[in-house]
Amino acid sequence: MHDTLSQILITTILSGNFVLAMFLGMCPFLGVTHSVKVAFPLGLATTFVIFMASLFAYLLNLILIPMHMEYLELISYITVIAAAVQLVEMFVKKQSPELFRALGIYLPLITTNCAVLGVALFQTARDYNFVQSLTFAMGGGIGFTLALTLLASVRERVRFSKVPSAMMGTALTLMLAGILSLAFMGFAGLGGGE
Amino acid sequence: MVPGMNPPTSWSEFLEGLWQRNPVFIMVLGMCPTMAITTSAINSISMGLATTFVLAASCWLISLLRHVIPKEVRIATYIVIIATFVTVVDYAIQAISLSLYEALGAYIKLIVANCLVLGRAEAHAARTPPMGATLNATGMGLGFTLGLFMIGAVREILGAGSLFGVALFGAHYQPWVVMILPPGGFFVMGLWVMLFAIIEARKSRSTPPAGAAAQGAHHA
Repeated sequence: MHDTLSQILITTILSGNFVLAMFLGMCPFLGVTHSVKVAFPLGLATTFVIFMASLFAYLLNLILIPMHMEYLELISYITVIAAAVQLVEMFVKKQSPELFRALGIYLPLITTNCAVLGVALFQTARDYNFVQSLTFAMGGGIGFTLALTLLASVRERVRFSKVPSAMMGTALTLMLAGILSLAFMGFAGLGGGE
Repeated sequence: MVPGMNPPTSWSEFLEGLWQRNPVFIMVLGMCPTMAITTSAINSISMGLATTFVLAASCWLISLLRHVIPKEVRIATYIVIIATFVTVVDYAIQAISLSLYEALGAYIKLIVANCLVLGRAEAHAARTPPMGATLNATGMGLGFTLGLFMIGAVREILGAGSLFGVALFGAHYQPWVVMILPPGGFFVMGLWVMLFAIIEARKSRSTPPAGAAAQGAHHA
């Protein structure tokens, strides 16, 4: 892979958005996007965890690959991610108890957020070097926050609209996400060679 | 669980996940592979079966160890157990069919982060004997497979004009490509969820709004 850094950054934020194009991190995307006030901080927390995961996954690879222990990559990645999430959880609990309550179960669930594990797996699969990996993680996190915030804003707007009762809840959210995803498809090609 | 009551209970436990509480359409769990993989029917079924294996095997082991695992580190323990089985499946698929392995890509490994698996481990396997836990997990897994197949089949028929790779409409059919692209996943999934909500509303006409039920399922 010879992607330039700006290509990686723009692709992961827009046309290759983690949520809307690669379907990573769908649970919080559908679960916590009822208000921007909750979605945005969760996006930031996830961005931090994604960044940490990327950093540690790169360092772990330095150990695992020379020792031919690639079969341990999944177990070691997920353990490191769980530890990073624990760290964020303690930090948020201390800094802002009300945010901690608002995020509820979705904060510990960052551990099982595919976006976090996904970044570690994809950067390994694509043979990114150190700087590329961190850029990829940064773009992924920003894209995730962007998608979460956008969907939350749209959902806030339609909260009081008249919707057929069968469409209410998950179905409506999925439709909105689909339209949003369609819009993001328009960015395809912006990042240069894909 | 009373031993005498065992057969009917386990049967209903098995069926629960297949339809009434279908993990895809009712509980809306494990969305990442649901959307990413369901571009064709065959991908959906393989992914579903791989998840079923991981789910059943890890629920069995977790249920077996449920008195041994300390409460404080249970999530970490579950994750490591799940990751072990996913690694097994990952290597197995690689050995069985390389083309399938390439089609599914990193999403096989991402079964680790499937909330369905961890959710079942935490909510069910951790407090049920191995037999019931495994049955329930298998039912849930097959329900997940069914859900994936229902989305995958629709997307393949509309987006590529074929089912299991067999062309359905003849050469003049213009494929509806967007259905294979990411937005199509959201649309098809949304329509299925809507259909389930309508069926649910029909069933319980007398009890108040279906929206509330859908909202409840959503937050679960």
